[in-house]
Amino acid sequence: MDKLLLLGDEAIAQAALDAGLSGVYAYPGTPSTEITEYIQNTQKDKTENIHCRWSTNEKTAMEAALGMSFAGKRALVCMKCVGVNVCADPFINSAITGIVGGLVFVAADDPSMHSSQDEQDSRFYGNFAMVPILEPSSQQEAYDMVYNGFELSERCGVPVMLRIVTRLAHSRAGVVRRERKPQNELHYSKDPKQFMLLPAVARLKYKKLLESQKDYLEYAEESAYNHYTDGPDKSKGVVASGIAFNYLMENYPEGCPFPVLKIGQYPLPETKLRKMVTECKELVVVEEGYPFIEDQLKGLLGIGLTVHGKKDGWLPRAGELNPDIVGKAFGFELPETPALPEVVKNRPPSLCVGCGHRDMYDALNAAVHEKGEDSKVFGDIGCYTLGYLPPYKAIHSCVDMGASITMAKGASDAGLKYAVAVIGDSTFTHSGMTSLLDAVNENAPITVIISDNETTAMTGGQDSAGTGKIEAICLGLGVDPEHLKVLVPLKKNHDEMVETIRLEMNYRGLSVIIPRRECIQTASRKNKNK
Amino acid sequence: MKTDIILSGVGGQGILSIAAVIGEAAVHRNLYMKQAEVHGMSQRGGDVQSNLRISDKPIHSDLIAKGKADLILSLEPMEALRYLPYLSKEGWIVTNSTPFNNIPDYPESSDLQKALDAVPNKVILDIDSIAKELGSIRVSNIVMLGAATPFIGMDYEEIEKGIRRIFSRKGEDIVNMNLKALAAGKAVADSHMKH
Repeated sequence: MDKLLLLGDEAIAQAALDAGLSGVYAYPGTPSTEITEYIQNTQKDKTENIHCRWSTNEKTAMEAALGMSFAGKRALVCMKCVGVNVCADPFINSAITGIVGGLVFVAADDPSMHSSQDEQDSRFYGNFAMVPILEPSSQQEAYDMVYNGFELSERCGVPVMLRIVTRLAHSRAGVVRRERKPQNELHYSKDPKQFMLLPAVARLKYKKLLESQKDYLEYAEESAYNHYTDGPDKSKGVVASGIAFNYLMENYPEGCPFPVLKIGQYPLPETKLRKMVTECKELVVVEEGYPFIEDQLKGLLGIGLTVHGKKDGWLPRAGELNPDIVGKAFGFELPETPALPEVVKNRPPSLCVGCGHRDMYDALNAAVHEKGEDSKVFGDIGCYTLGYLPPYKAIHSCVDMGASITMAKGASDAGLKYAVAVIGDSTFTHSGMTSLLDAVNENAPITVIISDNETTAMTGGQDSAGTGKIEAICLGLGVDPEHLKVLVPLKKNHDEMVETIRLEMNYRGLSVIIPRRECIQTASRKNKNK
Repeated sequence: MKTDIILSGVGGQGILSIAAVIGEAAVHRNLYMKQAEVHGMSQRGGDVQSNLRISDKPIHSDLIAKGKADLILSLEPMEALRYLPYLSKEGWIVTNSTPFNNIPDYPESSDLQKALDAVPNKVILDIDSIAKELGSIRVSNIVMLGAATPFIGMDYEEIEKGIRRIFSRKGEDIVNMNLKALAAGKAVADSHMKH
């Protein structure tokens, strides 16, 4: 078959298509976005009837994927690390209901927080849900794991998690494709109770999940992704998972002298680990993310020999690994290299010149500064989070999708006089609508600014679920039409914007202000394509 | 052969278009390749880099270790210096000379020049003015690539073929303009290396 040069994300997408995918469900989020985009680009002629429209958030994505699986077809659901939190409810429960059509759940973690609020490790979620986890070390493995992952999911009867990290998602390498399989036919579970998680049924289903654990372990023991390579030097045994394995081998181009157990499929293969524990003096664990393997190996009382990893400082606990960090842990001296010259200054990202958020912040700052300490601005997740940086220094919080509105309300409940929320259109429909309903129901004296650029800009301009519907949504939720204001964020409208924001901040009830101007990146792309 | 390249610049300058040509040429020659890119938040006018590794043997890490890069190819002079700790002793910096000044504390040009002067192996060129002379500012990134061709570890003709394949659907005129840009960049590098 042909060899393609693919990003890790693209390899996952291609594998899903080749494995007979019927639908992908996702909300954009770095570093997972390109999976869905790749599938969308192959489906422009719509002949294959593969679902690939963006979902409103990760929870709706996971539920729709489970519905597709209910109907017997193969579904892929993809998200960034923090997206897993949003869909944790359906994800955890999908392991109890089980699946019909194969379901592969891609969690893209972001160690070093290149574009995320935390570096949470999704393997803990996979473990929590008690489903098999796959962790590729290369783009080819990512392809193979997804290609076979649907079968594994169908054999296990539960979703299978594929855990990737930024450096795999956004790195390109040659990938060999395999034969294209047809989609599953529409078919349903023979068990009419399967998806009925009433307690009486759920207890039975949960028992079945517990009983299946030994099967998942057996599959992991047999898996070619858990590969034991013996080495002559038994002073150490190395357990290395995912791309951390690559950083190990980069330091040993002629082969590692220690026995190495490469982990690519969980639950952890006990027999292979036991061999290492028996034969080696101590263990070292090299893994990207939290000390997930290390914790399990150490347990509470240990396994009778030393396990080095992130908990004893052998490797740093925070941030992503790289060849230098791993080399240093194994005692290699770093080569002497020139220091970073003093003339090199930080160049943080910033809002694009001409961006509507800039005009919104200019106006907001003017209105807010009049109130001094009586006013705080709660931010949210998107390009406009950059409003924290100079020259704006406009926001005081950024926590999770939708939190701006509810945090503003909570602070207002506590007595903050002028609480302002700034949220983008896509984030608003993702998780802000329920927050707004809370504010409506108490007519909370807060000012919500929905800075609408009619796209999901930060991740590259994907469709935004609420485009053209934002006012209707607000009114439908019960926002007072008198205090729903739409503005055009342009320099020439600065005074009008300041005045509107000032008036609505002074109003002692809920107001929503929508500054609306299309993202300049999206607009210029549209012009080019014309 | 094995070549480790760091491509650098400012988000939006288009370092990935340069990487695409090298990648195309490498894959066509059946070489192994890994190329780590930066997507997401940093693309908004921040510093961006890509680690591009080519080898005739399998490659493990997506990231290049410190002191191991054979080439830093940069569209911006300060961004070239940012990756100096990764450059090997024999490695080369090939960089555009025009600053992209979007920060308040951007260094004085004389200080920047001093830091660049301290690098032993370098080619510094003004890609925009070379591209303008050729008649199209749009080929400036290919001028940049041309200046790097002596250090990539592949024959010049293979890079030329990569350009033909990537630009062929845009017509013969575009292909020729890009080939001219590639040659113009290479000429600058050749004259530097004679000194």
